[in-house]
Amino acid sequence: MTALQSITLRRLAIATLVVMGAGYALAFLYAPQDAQEGFAQKIFYLHVPLAIVSLLGFIVGGIHAIRHLRTGDPKHDARSYVSIHISIIFGLAVLLTGAIWAKSQWGEWWEWREPTLVSFLIVFLLYATYYPLRYAIEDRDRQARYASVFAITAGAFVPLNFLAVRLAQPYIHPRTFSSSGGLPGEMLLAFLVCLAGMALLWVTLVWFELDAKAASGNLAKIRRALEASA
Amino acid sequence: MIPLAIENGGYVGAAYLVFLLLLLIYVVIMAGKLQRIQRELGELAELAESSPGARGRDVGQVRGRDQEIEAVRQGDRG
Repeated sequence: MTALQSITLRRLAIATLVVMGAGYALAFLYAPQDAQEGFAQKIFYLHVPLAIVSLLGFIVGGIHAIRHLRTGDPKHDARSYVSIHISIIFGLAVLLTGAIWAKSQWGEWWEWREPTLVSFLIVFLLYATYYPLRYAIEDRDRQARYASVFAITAGAFVPLNFLAVRLAQPYIHPRTFSSSGGLPGEMLLAFLVCLAGMALLWVTLVWFELDAKAASGNLAKIRRALEASA
Repeated sequence: MIPLAIENGGYVGAAYLVFLLLLLIYVVIMAGKLQRIQRELGELAELAESSPGARGRDVGQVRGRDQEIEAVRQGDRG
């Protein structure tokens, strides 16, 4: 990790903390309490940004995979892998926070008849197969190529899945942005700041993990060179 | 506006706590990885210092510096 990268990462982490802090301060102290859901609606400021960033992260992973297949540069494969990795963690948080919200509103942890929930679970489980697929292949080049093909295919599935859910009749899950009316101004402002904070957190974690991976790779190279010269 | 009636506060707390817990687990795992990198870096530094090539280079550099100093001294005398 170069000194410049380290400074950028530090600034990014500080920006993440500031924006997330501001976002959740707005959500709890400025945005009004929802008339229907009550205080439990505050989960929305965590759950929905997590879901949006997670799904976008999967698409970003697919875009890096395309670049990897076009150039053969392992840097893009690492970016694709880390993007998917962080998005899976965010996806797990979406499922858990969503289940807690569902319990508070519906009295059930899960509702199988709701397309929004089931479709997200399908996307999550699809990406959960990424690790066994990737690590089942020993050859590094083949591993990266196959993982890229998977990331592109699954990445293309994400927007299609999202579109299908939007077109489907919702069972009980609320729609954040619908044609029948969106959020009131204060709620929207808090939501957008929380969304920006969550996006910054995703970028920070991806950057951090990529730096750690690069450092680990460089160490392995130095070790090999030293052992060869000894 | 601070809500006066905080119903379902436990669920809200649990949701945020779960998220923080996941983040914490990730950070702990990454901290472990960074510690391993630092340990390996220390080992490599020791390996580099103890390798015969590195010792030879050090000695060569010192000799070169000694010769430079001697040349400057002789120049002063001249």
